[in-house]
Amino acid sequence: MNGELSVKSAIKETLPTVFGYIGIGIAFGIIGHAAGISTLLVGLISIIIYAGSAQFITVSMLTAGAPVLSIIIATFLVNSRMILMSASLAPYFEKYSVLKNVQIGTLLTDESFALGMNKINHTNHQLSFEWFNTANIIVYLTWIVSSIIGAELGNLIGDPQTWGLDFAIIAMFWGLLYLQVLADRQFSFKLQVLVIITAIVLTYVGMIFLPKTLVIIVVTIVGCESGVLIKHAFF
Amino acid sequence: MLSSKIILTTIVGCGLVTWLSRVLPIVLLKKIKLSEGVSEFLSFVPIVIMTTLWFSNLFTAHQGQLPQLNMDYALATIPTIISAIATKSLLVIVVVGMASLAIIRMFN
Repeated sequence: MNGELSVKSAIKETLPTVFGYIGIGIAFGIIGHAAGISTLLVGLISIIIYAGSAQFITVSMLTAGAPVLSIIIATFLVNSRMILMSASLAPYFEKYSVLKNVQIGTLLTDESFALGMNKINHTNHQLSFEWFNTANIIVYLTWIVSSIIGAELGNLIGDPQTWGLDFAIIAMFWGLLYLQVLADRQFSFKLQVLVIITAIVLTYVGMIFLPKTLVIIVVTIVGCESGVLIKHAFF
Repeated sequence: MLSSKIILTTIVGCGLVTWLSRVLPIVLLKKIKLSEGVSEFLSFVPIVIMTTLWFSNLFTAHQGQLPQLNMDYALATIPTIISAIATKSLLVIVVVGMASLAIIRMFN
């Protein structure tokens, strides 16, 4: 990553990450197809809901015949981390119009957020609309196209697991986390490692005691509060 | 067979709540200045969210039971971590991760 915040640098920095979610997008299309959802509807789910893993939950609840309202609530809970990511981005886009903020928020996703948070380590804590919007659009289009391909070619590709596609997104988050820790100068290395260990323990405990839909949001809230406490107690 | 009307209602409802979660905070916080405490809290969001997205995916969870580690994922994590340290390149990390898992599955 470099310090440039142009469209061109966004393209250069986002493209290597698309492999992380092409696999998941194709897998989503295959699963939707297998659940009896048409390619058109698979595409609409990716276009309108646009929420990665939450879409698997939406489809599995739909096919299980769950009430519409319960599906909407589950999707909201899984995606409520977006509230925190969107709030964290606000200071970087304060200087732009409401419309541009709506644009950035509308296509905000885990991947572009993680990329943006890596980027600010190289740009003196600045983000530009051009850079983030470009990253957003690349992730969005990749997701839509790959889920449609999955739905159309589902039977030909066979089991996406054979190709290790399901691990791509896990490897991607690991890589983004590692690069984040290396580059971040806002917190010391020790503090970051302590917060990561805390978050790992919280995630493990959370998976035991919390319903699946709540794990990520509850761990994020408790983890961030723990980070604040650790910082004030030891640093 | 699911009726298209139910599917469409669900898609629009899910899309709307997700969109509001994405858009309202960034737009509302344009006008409101966050207190230092809240800003500090939010500064931990990236690292915590990336950790929990990564770590929770390594397990199959059932509420009330110990999470089950996905052994294939755990094994594939080792070359992935090594490639991260060696190359610091996201593309290499993702490709090594996928290839490792594909190879591990060949032996299962």
